[in-house]
Amino acid sequence: MNRFHYVRPLPIVSAVAAALLLTTSYASPAQQQVQLKVGALHVGSVNDNGYNQAMHDGLLQMQATIPGIELIEAENVPESADAERVMENMIQQGAKLVFPQSFGYLDPALNVAKRHPDVIFEHPAGYKLAGNLGTFWSDTTDWEYLAGIIAGKSTQSNKLGWVIGFPIPNILTAINAFHLGARSVNPNVTTQVIVVNTWVDAAKEAEAVNALADQGVDVVTMIVDSPAPVVQTAERRGVMSIGFHCLCAQSAAGENWLTGIGFTWGPLFTKMATDVINQTWKSENIVGNLAAGSATFAPYGPRVAADTKQLVEAAKGDLIAGTLQVFQGPIYDNAGTLRVPAGQALNGDDLLTNADWVVEGVTGQLN
Amino acid sequence: MSSVLFAQVQRAVTSTSLLQGLAAGAIRSGTSVLFASLGEVIVERAGMVNLGLEGCMLTGACFGFVVAFRTGNPFLGLIAAALAGGLFNLLLGYLVVTRRANQLASGLTLLFLALGLTSLVGWDYVGKKIDGLSLIRVPVLSEIPFLGPVLFEGDVMSFAILPSALVVWWVLYRTRWGLAVRTVGESRVAAYAAGLNPDRIQYQALFVGGLLGGLGGAHLSLAYAQVWVPEMTAGRGFIAVAIVIFASWHPVRAIVGALLFGGAIAFQLQLQARNAPASPFLLDMLPYLLTLLVLLLWGRRRQYQAPEGLWEVFRGTS
Repeated sequence: MNRFHYVRPLPIVSAVAAALLLTTSYASPAQQQVQLKVGALHVGSVNDNGYNQAMHDGLLQMQATIPGIELIEAENVPESADAERVMENMIQQGAKLVFPQSFGYLDPALNVAKRHPDVIFEHPAGYKLAGNLGTFWSDTTDWEYLAGIIAGKSTQSNKLGWVIGFPIPNILTAINAFHLGARSVNPNVTTQVIVVNTWVDAAKEAEAVNALADQGVDVVTMIVDSPAPVVQTAERRGVMSIGFHCLCAQSAAGENWLTGIGFTWGPLFTKMATDVINQTWKSENIVGNLAAGSATFAPYGPRVAADTKQLVEAAKGDLIAGTLQVFQGPIYDNAGTLRVPAGQALNGDDLLTNADWVVEGVTGQLN
Repeated sequence: MSSVLFAQVQRAVTSTSLLQGLAAGAIRSGTSVLFASLGEVIVERAGMVNLGLEGCMLTGACFGFVVAFRTGNPFLGLIAAALAGGLFNLLLGYLVVTRRANQLASGLTLLFLALGLTSLVGWDYVGKKIDGLSLIRVPVLSEIPFLGPVLFEGDVMSFAILPSALVVWWVLYRTRWGLAVRTVGESRVAAYAAGLNPDRIQYQALFVGGLLGGLGGAHLSLAYAQVWVPEMTAGRGFIAVAIVIFASWHPVRAIVGALLFGGAIAFQLQLQARNAPASPFLLDMLPYLLTLLVLLLWGRRRQYQAPEGLWEVFRGTS
């Protein structure tokens, strides 16, 4: 639900990139009869080690699973009327299923969907549906709680750090879940948040990690476009890191890597394409979670202890069974206000769209 | 009584470490901007304005990273970055020196070309891991409290801040070529009358400026973030142009500007890491407010120190 996440500060920049747009078409290797042509629009590069690559990897897995899928992908597509033209072009090439893979494509996609009722659209994280446009997302709140357990057990300084683009509700909820997880295994832990006020300034993200490391923070995680700058700077400073967006973030890491939360879109995209082929597709809003899938942990790094892994497995079982809730009261925010009364639990959906507070123990200026 | 004293000592210790984090961060953040500023000093001394400096840096950042990744050698990356920046500026040279196109428009247009080109070339390299310029700790000296970690811990380029500025100063003010550059910058006609070839000198100045601009970009991708991401210069090229103006076209003063800017970025992140009660969005304006402030304070001196030839650029007659 990273809704403001991919709105670019400089549309003109993206427009220039679009002038050199790469439209890549991957035919199935064996050249079987094409069952379905699938189009996909990406807001950035599909090898960004982040959000876009996770989407791309899911599409490739879909293509590998179903015989006879032709994939037409376009990268660096601005979130504007240009996106409509790219979608129209894909439909002209015969695409019957289109993935406009960024939040800003929702309105252009709805416009195109209206003109082409025979084409199916699947859009990430939406609040609007159409007869031929469905939406999907993956709620990683529970995964953040589990990541927090790893961070809380691994830290020696009891200081954890976050580097975020902007303090928006879904990110604050991720931070809260992370801190609650850490606190569940380590009551002395504190979490410091740094807002870099951009999604894409690698140098500033690196400097944010340096500033956290200067303060003795020894585990950092992030929600920015590409996890690579934070993960690599942490590695050089000897600070442990936890990735986000793409499991592939691990390729940027070294021995200080703990784990990372990555989207696993493959099975979901495969199901969607199968439904379109079988004409059983229907328009709905699908949200994955710990139990239902669409995200997982990257392999653990060498610094994660065996008993930590056991704690994570136990908590995972309890979360799936419902005997453990991330936002189980009493929860106070960091100004001392009771946010969740004892005996009650908040569910993630409301928090993901409305949270404007961080839990006690999290520090950072958010506005 | 003793507890008050203890609190004071404690505050002093923490504030020292803020100062240290700030100083070290200013150098880390300011290095890329400084190299680009030095390049722009030479270009503007030759009577030109390169608003495409951002693109020049980006080109250096991209090609430097690609070569460092391919060869595994960050120093080959630096050479490639410098050459890429130099070639980028030669392109500008063709437009503004040979074809006499409007300099401001040409620079901006080339910037947008560079954004597209580097996104394309760097496509395969986004988020890849390289062995970048390593952190060097000068033995013994880096152990000195405060000064050690600030001055004797860094990468090759951050150690080169002062030497590079001095070399550029020496070249501009103590060599025949520097005199020629400054002459052309004051008046192409006078330079021509003195037997110089203004076109050739402007090309040379652009090339040398581009080498430095490319190196500045490479510091971001090879030393600072050690990663390639499209658009990663994020406006630093424009800040470098502003720094040249508030440094009154003087290479050594550019160090002050670059460190102020780098320091302002580091300052806000250091404050955030300490949970200081100030809005991150307000703090984020600091580098630019500081730039504006210095422009205002030093603005009046400008008319005596600007190369005469620049006025023609802004009048659109050159």
